[in-house]
Amino acid sequence: MERITVKIDGRDIVTSPGRTILEVARENGIRIPTLCHLDGLSDVGACRLCIVDVRGQLVTACTTRVADKMEVLTATETVQAYRRTILELLFAEGNHICAFCVSNGGCELQDLACELGMHSVRVPYAFPRHRIDASHPRFLIDRDRCVLCGRCVRVCAEVEGARTWDFAERGSHARVITDLDVDWGDAASCTSCGKCVEVCPTGAIVRKGASNGEMRKRPEVVAGLKERRKHG
Amino acid sequence: MAKVRVATMWFSGCAGCHMSFLDIDETLIDLAGMIELYNSPLTDLKTFPEAGADVTLIEGAVANEEHLHLARVAREKSKIIVALGDCAVTGNVPSLRNGMDPDQMIEGIYGKPATSNGELPYEVVPHLLGRVRPLSEVIPVDYFLHGCPPPASLIAKAVLALVQGKTPELAGADLKFG
Repeated sequence: MERITVKIDGRDIVTSPGRTILEVARENGIRIPTLCHLDGLSDVGACRLCIVDVRGQLVTACTTRVADKMEVLTATETVQAYRRTILELLFAEGNHICAFCVSNGGCELQDLACELGMHSVRVPYAFPRHRIDASHPRFLIDRDRCVLCGRCVRVCAEVEGARTWDFAERGSHARVITDLDVDWGDAASCTSCGKCVEVCPTGAIVRKGASNGEMRKRPEVVAGLKERRKHG
Repeated sequence: MAKVRVATMWFSGCAGCHMSFLDIDETLIDLAGMIELYNSPLTDLKTFPEAGADVTLIEGAVANEEHLHLARVAREKSKIIVALGDCAVTGNVPSLRNGMDPDQMIEGIYGKPATSNGELPYEVVPHLLGRVRPLSEVIPVDYFLHGCPPPASLIAKAVLALVQGKTPELAGADLKFG
């Protein structure tokens, strides 16, 4: 097997080509923050939080493959400052009001604010008005809390094979929709499997009936499913 | 040693942050020897003291013209401004009204004013701002205490550091919203 050497944060690491910077870093105990990445799903580099410095260029660790003699810095001041700004933009773009969110205390976005040291949001909050869709009998989507990571879209297409979720529109109007933008309860392709609920990193897609702070997700089920399927 | 002048203010919020401040229990006794509590909902002073404050903690979002005015006065007369709690830091619950028309909201909630000119007595009732804003959108803020409310231990840690002229070390779980 071909062997290459990459340098991550000054450490020489021997690995094989074709793997992502994120994979190699994690295997070697180097933590890179992520949000849209989920083990078991394809990587799209949507959230940009995993940016790292490759010889002065900022690239997403989840979608960039390692190459021989590549030099990666995962936590320079510049990288960390950009990550914080990206996180602030994510907070400013929605209505992330943790105080009465069902996912309070179990939210990847909330955790990232702690991890990345986000003291305040320095850009003006957009305070958008989004529609809540509670038409599904068991689940609901509160788009105020959606960060457009696309995990729901990917898990539905790649693991469940239903392709109920997709993106509609662009820029600040972008949102996730079910089927051809019908109410979730009317989306004929939805199998009600609930995988989108488990992988959603925030309180956007949740089980009905969960009260403030009660919702806990199990995004790791996807990697488990993929693993079991691999072995038939 | 001269006592440190501390003020607290209450804008659009539920007073929960002030409650959490009182929840610091015996630390209050330590603090009492170190600070002089100026303008505060607890002292019921109506105007910000002319002499100014060393540290001013502000709970609540900026929701009306009076808040906006008081925030600016506080900034001018305070050495350090602390946004106390999620409403002051992010807008939080009060910001849910953003996107709605304030006049329609007031009429919808309170009905038409029963005054001779049919208007609210705006000389004593401040106009609502078009949208609720976090404190840092209207004045520079030095420190942010997250939480709804911020845990008493966080408030104690931050206030104790500030009155001793130190920089409060806020990191990790201290930065948890909600």
